[in-house]
Amino acid sequence: MAPWRSRMGLEEKLPSGIVLTSVEKLAGYMRKNSLWPATFGLACCAIEMMAAGAGRYDLARFGMEVFRASPRQADLMIVAGRVSNKMAPVLRQIYDQMAAPKWVIAMGACASSGGMFNNYAIVQGVDHVVPVDIYLPGCPPRPEMLMDAILKLHDQIYDEKLGPNREKVIKEVELAAMNAVPTHQLKGLLA
Amino acid sequence: MSTYADPYASSRETTEGTVFSVTGGDWDSLVTEIGQAKEERVVVNMGPQHPSTHGVLRLVLELEGETVTEVRCGIGYLHTGIEKNIEFRNWTQATTFVTRMDYLAPLFNEAAYCLGVEKLLGITNDVPEKANVIRVMMMEFNRISSHMVALGTGALELGALSPMIFCFREREKVLDIFEFISGLRMNMAYIRPGGVAQDLPAGTVDKVLATVKDLRHSFKDNEKLLVGNSIWMKRTEGIGYLDLAGATTLGVTGPVIRATGLPLDLRKIQPYSGYENYKFDVVTADTCDVYGRFLIRINELEQSLRIIEQCAEKLKSLEGGPVMVADKKIAWPAQLSIGADGMGNSLNHIREIMGTSMESLIHHFKLVTEGFRVPAGQVYSAIESPRGELGAHVVSDGGTRPYRVHFREPSFNNLQSTSAMCEGSMVADIIGAVASIDPVMGGVDR
Amino acid sequence: MSQDQQGMFGAAGTGDTSGYGGLVRSAASTGSTERPFGGYFDQVTDDLERAYTDFADAIERVVVDRGELTLHIKRERLVEVSLILRDKLKFEMNMGVSGVHYPEDTNRELHAVYHLLSITNNQRIRLEVSVADTDPHIPSLVEVWAGSNWNERETFDMFGIIFDGHPGLTRILMPDDWQGHPQRKDYALGGIGVEYKGAVTPPPSDRRTYK
Repeated sequence: MAPWRSRMGLEEKLPSGIVLTSVEKLAGYMRKNSLWPATFGLACCAIEMMAAGAGRYDLARFGMEVFRASPRQADLMIVAGRVSNKMAPVLRQIYDQMAAPKWVIAMGACASSGGMFNNYAIVQGVDHVVPVDIYLPGCPPRPEMLMDAILKLHDQIYDEKLGPNREKVIKEVELAAMNAVPTHQLKGLLA
Repeated sequence: MSTYADPYASSRETTEGTVFSVTGGDWDSLVTEIGQAKEERVVVNMGPQHPSTHGVLRLVLELEGETVTEVRCGIGYLHTGIEKNIEFRNWTQATTFVTRMDYLAPLFNEAAYCLGVEKLLGITNDVPEKANVIRVMMMEFNRISSHMVALGTGALELGALSPMIFCFREREKVLDIFEFISGLRMNMAYIRPGGVAQDLPAGTVDKVLATVKDLRHSFKDNEKLLVGNSIWMKRTEGIGYLDLAGATTLGVTGPVIRATGLPLDLRKIQPYSGYENYKFDVVTADTCDVYGRFLIRINELEQSLRIIEQCAEKLKSLEGGPVMVADKKIAWPAQLSIGADGMGNSLNHIREIMGTSMESLIHHFKLVTEGFRVPAGQVYSAIESPRGELGAHVVSDGGTRPYRVHFREPSFNNLQSTSAMCEGSMVADIIGAVASIDPVMGGVDR
Repeated sequence: MSQDQQGMFGAAGTGDTSGYGGLVRSAASTGSTERPFGGYFDQVTDDLERAYTDFADAIERVVVDRGELTLHIKRERLVEVSLILRDKLKFEMNMGVSGVHYPEDTNRELHAVYHLLSITNNQRIRLEVSVADTDPHIPSLVEVWAGSNWNERETFDMFGIIFDGHPGLTRILMPDDWQGHPQRKDYALGGIGVEYKGAVTPPPSDRRTYK
């Protein structure tokens, strides 16, 4: 779960005691149906992202054809392409400039994990720099795959909690992560 | 100043003067501060993330009012170290890396690299004719798709929104062809040293000819909209002027130098892959400006369609020919087919190598694990990509891995001319000039 | 260049019992090619000799290989020869500078390779300058062909070759404060092993592969 705090004040204005569930569903519905992506196209995946926004694979049917140039006006950052070490601080700066609520899709193998470029120049996964909500593999992922990722993100957004419920979920997730078996202790067939 | 301390918005003194950061809503305070400064010059950073700079290009502009007095390009934001990565892979695997440099024209990258490797191997004349025809056809389709992105995004940056949709619509038709023939829309790694990865599926020629007819009809949409359009011409005529002397000393090739009137096209003057057998014209303009380059790209689309039609005619008579060089010690086993679990080696091939021919099995094994060895030496092979001369300087030390591969990318050299083109013009004209150079940052930074 | 390749497999110290580790493969060193060179190479070399009297002193080697002409030049004469090539022999365009690092070639480790194109005569030639690691200076060609500017910056960034006389020799592809020159052979690829469920896939530089 992305760790930004929800300061939208909606839940503070309602008198305490009212169950937040229906408000959560309403807020989730509103947010997911007009998610505006920020232009963060870097390399080949950017071209597939543009193709997803163009005529054949139309992102406008989800209300997302306006790729906002200014991160202040965007809520979704689709990191499309390989992030080099020189670009990483810029990426973080753009992410910081986005206003909460904000989500990140790591599009493509290079954004998810460094992809085929395991070397000195590429950040091995954009989650070293920003918290990622959806990882989308592919080199490059087809526009339909990008839309699938966006729809999964929509479902995630729809189910997001607000206010004290959200704090509770964040605590639970953190606790689960703290108690989970570390990756290097997981054993599969090879060890 | 701003009402709260924004970590990105305080002004600070540097060796170059005061640096202001604008965050929005504080324009009036910013103007007051600048007004108090002694100098009129403002340095603006059109940072790496910007909708109009064609990828991760950073432009540092020094402005006097709306006029640009200095332009400097900051690049390297997409540096991937592909050239160093290749030194740890074998000659065939390097194709998949090289394809991702200039991601709008992947087949050109592959072709330049494979032509270099073939030159080192000495098998340039042994590449079968069908492979050459397929290469030419795929490269010309790629030229069309690359120009579509150039025109679409260039128009989008200058404010015309419809050409973007038109161009991407046409591009999808070309990507359909790519998917049909090679399996992937982009970054296909289809051209391999010695030929192409696999043969054309049945029905290719008809599909190609139908697409050509369709494209020829739909290209008129863009032409009718932009060519001769007075708004478009006002924004592009006289902008980004670079004459022949400037272009040659800066090493600029492609549509930018053809806009000065010089018909420099490597497909004509130093043909490769059988380009001497095709009839097509080299498109030039003589206005040296953005409008001329735009017209060149539009007309090159028609020339590419002509070449593709000639390729399709040739392919009709080359049905069933080999697509890989005959020398089995180099030819990547190219018999692929769709099975129950996806694409893989065709069952016929497996039957042959497991059942009848021990040598084929050995070749297959050695080629996939070790790769072929290329005799020592160095070579420079250049082709005409949509942006200019794409050259591969391939150095071999006799081993299975490239010793050094350096790509002479046209976008890298063309982008140097931004300063020469833009200094003295308005800020809005920089966008047009950079769009007309059509840089692809993956190629610039590699 | 004469490189001696020791062994057949890439990663050392992997318990290789095949015996192929003792293989020594030496690439034949290329001396100067004998005349006649063939094609337009004779004409170009003759024109250069005529126009530049110190030809024998400046040009260390002339190599014609795989249909391409390479002139190995001493670095002190690079600018003079380039001016003559540009003005008298009409090589108007410099396609770029390519650096190559040969660590075994003592005192000539860093090579800078220039590819020139003559549009008027439709000819291509290559100039190669070799310098030692301990003294990696080459005169800059920005005064001759302005387009060499960024290419020389890139070669400096990637190999550490310092171009004397360059108007602004700074890093261009790597971040400005990066240490080291990445494309040299002694610079590690920098990959990290991928760990999954107890097994580690080493980065490409450390795998057991054929050389």
